[in-house]
Amino acid sequence: MRRTTTIIIGAGHAGLAMSRCLTSQGVDHVLLERGEVANSWRTERWDSLRLLTPNWQSRLPGHAYQGDNPDGFLTVPETIEFIAGYASDINAPVETATEVLDVAQDGAGFAVRTSRGNWRCRTLVVASGCMSIPNIPDYANELPPDIRKLSSKDYRNPDQIEDGGVLVVGPSASGVQIAHELRLAGRDVILSVGEHVRMPRTYRGKDIHWLMDQSGLFDTTIREVDDVNRVRRLPSPQLMGSTTRTTIGLNSLQCQGVEIVGRTMGANGPLLQFSGALANVCRLADLKMNRLLRTLDDWVESAGRSSELDAAYELRPTSVPQVPRLSMNLKDRGVKTIIWATGFHPDYSWLNLPVFNRRGQLRHNGGVVDMPGVYAMGLPFMRKRKSTFIDGAGDDARDLSNHLAHYLAGAAADAA
Amino acid sequence: MTQTTTQTKQLNGVDVAALLGAREALEAAPEAANFTWKASSEWKDGVHTRTEINGFFGLGEEQSRAKTFTIDTDHPEVFAAPDLAPTPVELVLSGLAGCLTGGVASVAENRGIKLHSVKATLTGEMNLYGILGIDPAVRNGFDTVRVHFDIDAEASREDIEALVAQSQKRSAVFDIITNPTNVFVSVA
Repeated sequence: MRRTTTIIIGAGHAGLAMSRCLTSQGVDHVLLERGEVANSWRTERWDSLRLLTPNWQSRLPGHAYQGDNPDGFLTVPETIEFIAGYASDINAPVETATEVLDVAQDGAGFAVRTSRGNWRCRTLVVASGCMSIPNIPDYANELPPDIRKLSSKDYRNPDQIEDGGVLVVGPSASGVQIAHELRLAGRDVILSVGEHVRMPRTYRGKDIHWLMDQSGLFDTTIREVDDVNRVRRLPSPQLMGSTTRTTIGLNSLQCQGVEIVGRTMGANGPLLQFSGALANVCRLADLKMNRLLRTLDDWVESAGRSSELDAAYELRPTSVPQVPRLSMNLKDRGVKTIIWATGFHPDYSWLNLPVFNRRGQLRHNGGVVDMPGVYAMGLPFMRKRKSTFIDGAGDDARDLSNHLAHYLAGAAADAA
Repeated sequence: MTQTTTQTKQLNGVDVAALLGAREALEAAPEAANFTWKASSEWKDGVHTRTEINGFFGLGEEQSRAKTFTIDTDHPEVFAAPDLAPTPVELVLSGLAGCLTGGVASVAENRGIKLHSVKATLTGEMNLYGILGIDPAVRNGFDTVRVHFDIDAEASREDIEALVAQSQKRSAVFDIITNPTNVFVSVA
């Protein structure tokens, strides 16, 4: 049994940012990592993926992008290098190839059982990622067995996909990028579209992330939104990192020849049914995007920054097929593959603590989990809008490491 | 950006505070959120049917109303019927109208938007080859449903469009019409 004050579970950017801040606080700790540093980037990303955030936004406490292309987007190998470089820069005490099997309360602390021995700690930071398990719709079981089904996590490149049509289910960042790539490779691609967040890559000549960063939107805190659960559930915006700063969305995909259909509601063998609400989900996305762009316009105006930017303009509304398709026979259409880009949920099967709500989500207030001594990192909109990104881990880790250090000091005072 | 507004006075006669309170209460007591809506009907004559509506199950118990509502359905003269009441499909349209309009009022109340008038015209397009069994490729129900709102409110056009979009997003009847539902019919 080894002992340390704090165990951080997961050595991705979020766990590492916390490690750096705990070091500054003088809190003895260790990171337990099931694989290597930045494991999910090494094992669960498709080949052509780039970060959705521009390089200048790759910022962690004491570490930032140093290259000569601040407006570019890191590739997967570059992202791994960035995160691994951070781990070595800060001398993060990472135990790699160490899978956490069980965490349980043990007196005033926690017992952590791993594939490589057991630990005891006083405080715990859960930074194991929020994209562990793909959400697979219930109707997946009703589909014919000879149609190949894979999640966006298992997708690598078009060569991996059997010849024939592909149905991509889910219109968020992963779904639109995969549909785009497969269509470029000449595939017949159908994209099933439920609620989504439309966002142009650039607006008024600037990257949308630059505008959101400069205007302070990324710093919006959970206290400033009216329904924190709603903003945390929002799907990832239809953005793509590319060398050309291309805007991707339902209009660009339809121009490429991708057919869009409503949300997939059910399957009976090869027959799929789609929702008739496609027009409304597209309208909702347009209205919300326009509201964001007007908010940014207002900021540009009030901050007196108009001279730096192009003039304001309207984006074309999302084109919706005249008569959207309500059903499709996959066999008749020649669809051989279905890709689930339907989101993910975290895997907390190893976390045996009473910290979950009815839906199995972690009960926490801005990363302070509803059990003394337990913290979370790297959850969407955890403390601020930017918590979702690498760039948000710094502020979150600073705040939570402070909280954690106070907790330890309080516990020590109680014991004295 | 959204913001929380505290309202002391209702703008459109929707008790949003009670609705938000109910939402909070139901989040804490999920079993109370399971409702069962009910209707019972009896054939009158020809294609005339009378449906009565009173009780429903919700908040964990049977609920009853002081008054039983009666809704008749029949068919117009071109269907060789006496036209005593609307057709069932027209009642589907009225259900959609009621649901979306109630939604617009609720969302407007919640967003602090004063409504002056909300009018909607609905159409349901149907090819009779379906119900008459002439062409098996034609479905029985509506091919397309269109709802056109004409709203006078103290808000911008975009804000009014957002009310209508949000109302569809939260509408039960819109969901019932746009998405498949299992229907089980049994005989005593």
